[in-house]
Amino acid sequence: MEYIIEMLGITKMFPGVIANDNITLQLRKGEIHALLGENGAGKSTLMSVLFGLYRPDQGAIRLNGQEVQIKDPNDANRLGIGMVHQHFKLVHNFTVIENIVLGIESTRHGFLNMDNAKKKVMELSDRYNLKVDPEALISDITVGMQQRVEILKMLYRDNEILIFDEPTAVLTPQEIEDLMEIMRGLTKEGKSILFITHKLKEIMAVADRCTVLRKGKYVGTAEVAAVTKEDLSEMMVGRKVSFAVEKKPFMPEKDVFEVRNLTVKSRHNQKNAVRNVSFKVRRNEILCIAGIDGNGQSELVYALTGLQPVVSGQLIMNGQDITQASIRQRNAGGIGHIPEDRHKHGLILDYSLAENLVLKNYYTEDFQHRGFIQFDAMYDYANRLIQEFDIRSGQGPYTPARSMSGGNQQKAILAREIDGNPDVLIAVQPTRGLDVGAIEYIHKQLVDQRDAGKAVLLVSLELDEVMNLSDRILVIFEGEMVAELNPEETTIQELGLYMAGSKRGKVQ
Amino acid sequence: MMPKWFGKSELLSEKNLVSLTSSISAILVGLLFGLVILLISNPAQALAGFKTILFGGFTGGAKGIGQVLYFATPIIMTGLSVGFAFKTGLFNIGASGQFIVGAYAAVLVGVHWTSLPPVLHWIAALLAAGIAGGLWALLPGILKAYANVHEVIATIMMNYIGMYSVNYLVTRTVYDQLRNQSMTPVAVLPKWGMDQLFPRSSVNGGFYIAVLMVILIHILINKTTFGYELKACGFNRDASQYAGINAKRNIMLSMVIAGVLAGIGAGLLFLAGSGKHIEVVDILAVEGFNGIPVALLGMSSPIGILFAGLFIAYVTQGGFYLQLSNFVPEVIDIIIAAIIYFSAFSLIFKNVIGRWIRGRKEQ
Repeated sequence: MEYIIEMLGITKMFPGVIANDNITLQLRKGEIHALLGENGAGKSTLMSVLFGLYRPDQGAIRLNGQEVQIKDPNDANRLGIGMVHQHFKLVHNFTVIENIVLGIESTRHGFLNMDNAKKKVMELSDRYNLKVDPEALISDITVGMQQRVEILKMLYRDNEILIFDEPTAVLTPQEIEDLMEIMRGLTKEGKSILFITHKLKEIMAVADRCTVLRKGKYVGTAEVAAVTKEDLSEMMVGRKVSFAVEKKPFMPEKDVFEVRNLTVKSRHNQKNAVRNVSFKVRRNEILCIAGIDGNGQSELVYALTGLQPVVSGQLIMNGQDITQASIRQRNAGGIGHIPEDRHKHGLILDYSLAENLVLKNYYTEDFQHRGFIQFDAMYDYANRLIQEFDIRSGQGPYTPARSMSGGNQQKAILAREIDGNPDVLIAVQPTRGLDVGAIEYIHKQLVDQRDAGKAVLLVSLELDEVMNLSDRILVIFEGEMVAELNPEETTIQELGLYMAGSKRGKVQ
Repeated sequence: MMPKWFGKSELLSEKNLVSLTSSISAILVGLLFGLVILLISNPAQALAGFKTILFGGFTGGAKGIGQVLYFATPIIMTGLSVGFAFKTGLFNIGASGQFIVGAYAAVLVGVHWTSLPPVLHWIAALLAAGIAGGLWALLPGILKAYANVHEVIATIMMNYIGMYSVNYLVTRTVYDQLRNQSMTPVAVLPKWGMDQLFPRSSVNGGFYIAVLMVILIHILINKTTFGYELKACGFNRDASQYAGINAKRNIMLSMVIAGVLAGIGAGLLFLAGSGKHIEVVDILAVEGFNGIPVALLGMSSPIGILFAGLFIAYVTQGGFYLQLSNFVPEVIDIIIAAIIYFSAFSLIFKNVIGRWIRGRKEQ
């Protein structure tokens, strides 16, 4: 079999870690090859080596059987290697076409000559079925279209090897389907694709083969057709993982938290990001707010937790109006909050784990005496939570939060919020960026909270998470609740239509 | 046996050891650079001059040490002001303005409130200095907390407003027309035995007060819930807000405390009874700016600032005697500046040394 790119025995060491330990990756011409691994497994490092951002300590890269040196991204580009980054690299106030030609503009007498460029882009766009409006500004087009611009950028540079780094993280289910179609079309035209992901379902749907990494080591390469999702996850994590979330039957009790006609301003412009939203959360219930990123979820949660004032509407907690209550009153009054951005809101990265664990109760009698922090009590408490929630870190309670892994940082936040014994636990994208093992753990904790009689408000972009965990789904689109769904009776496809705004249902 | 509040374990922890070595490295590089300047400007006298810088602080024995303590007192306070603000995430470039406003308040009370008994008089004057400095820092604090005006801009502006206002007010209220400076305050800090320990020097009880403030700030930052909140706001304002901490209030309080420290520093200098006066000239108070390198060299830790202030005072003192070896005074200033300048690199040294230690550990 002919390989277009071979990475043989790649080893890359950083001080104290071996990020890649003798890894081999062979990409066949015209295939979609998935690269699977948990966070920190070494996927990014391996791709950075291929893209010329790092030089490997050992190993060789071969292109069509010839050994090549890739010293920087320009080399990679010259060899026909292109990459769509997870966070797009586009100039927002440029048009689509300007972004595509950026860096290799064709000129006549020193002036830009866009006509040829435009012709080539339109040809490529037709050939690969990548519909874009070349004159539209990037800031005006959807995320899915921005991604198509990124793909066109690679094609415009005649790249043969296309790397997609977690391309589906930002897309709706329909856009994901489209992307997969595009990827299949690309391989049909002879392009070869490396597809980095940790979503098994997508690998099963689109990839031909799959290389799995674990903790910097090469685990194996599988023919996707010959394995199951469970096989792949076991290769990735090193043990069996259960996908099904077990929970007790749904028996909601009385309302704990009620939102009445809530309107909240956007953080980015003068419009209202949340418009006249009403809902209730009950004990023993996981209510999920599903929606595509940026449809008002953040503002909604900020308003509920007090980080942002409301324009109008009421928040009722256990029968009391808390619309004007301070953040501390809400925290103490039974609202737990696992924030969307754990580095911005959830943790003080320069504080130790112990100091972060008492972030919401350092001022209580348990940890404070006449204004002095009771360090012994604080460390005892931290050690208890570390035990109970299995938070792993280098120096226990003294570990700086910054040096902990994402999964353990999230566990620390979870521990703090759950141990605060809230009546309502608001969890915003609690598993974002986490690996399968940590996701499994966090899901279980959320379900335990529900089963223990708490109300859980889950805001999530992950459809599988929404379908698996929730007892009730509210779909938010452009700041309004457009549907209330029962996860037992709906499908991911239907949910996707509501999320994209192409369908509207009834909300009680 | 150190008292418990001093933090027995943390003073000698690896982190502090790294800070200490890096500060010392910065000093050594600065001194070396100073030697190069000496060699360029007067090769024949360079080594003798270098020796003067290194040991000149001890000239006159106990008197020399006393002078070092005297010069160190105000810059320890302004260093504490800058370092405390920095620990809470604020750049206080306004120590100079807070200092001069504090100086004016101290002199005003020290000159006019003569009906007070002497014991209370200096306390009142010192308190006035602290309050004036604190108020001067409050405005930038309010602007930062409510309008997100960057405190660097606001405090720099307040420096000039402070200097010109004080010049004007001095001429209106406590003016010594003959010398174009402020009148001599009646209130004077007690000596508390310093005059016996270091005879013929200007040092007085003010140094004890500075050390006391160092200890208080150390405790405040490291041991109290208030310090925990202030640092939290400094490290991450969003997360502090999320935790229910009143970030706006804390930003204002941080600035005010920083201003109080600078103001007290001025009080300690101008109430020393050493013939120091507010001169009516258009120059910002240099003690305020010297607080910045002191804070940098001391890694913003109160204990570190105490020693950094002593060191810089010592080198400055040694510099005075450099004139004996036929160096023009400007060269002395350049050398002092170089050492101070390199002290700013102590942060870079900190990273390098930290990485080196980590590398060694991993092997």
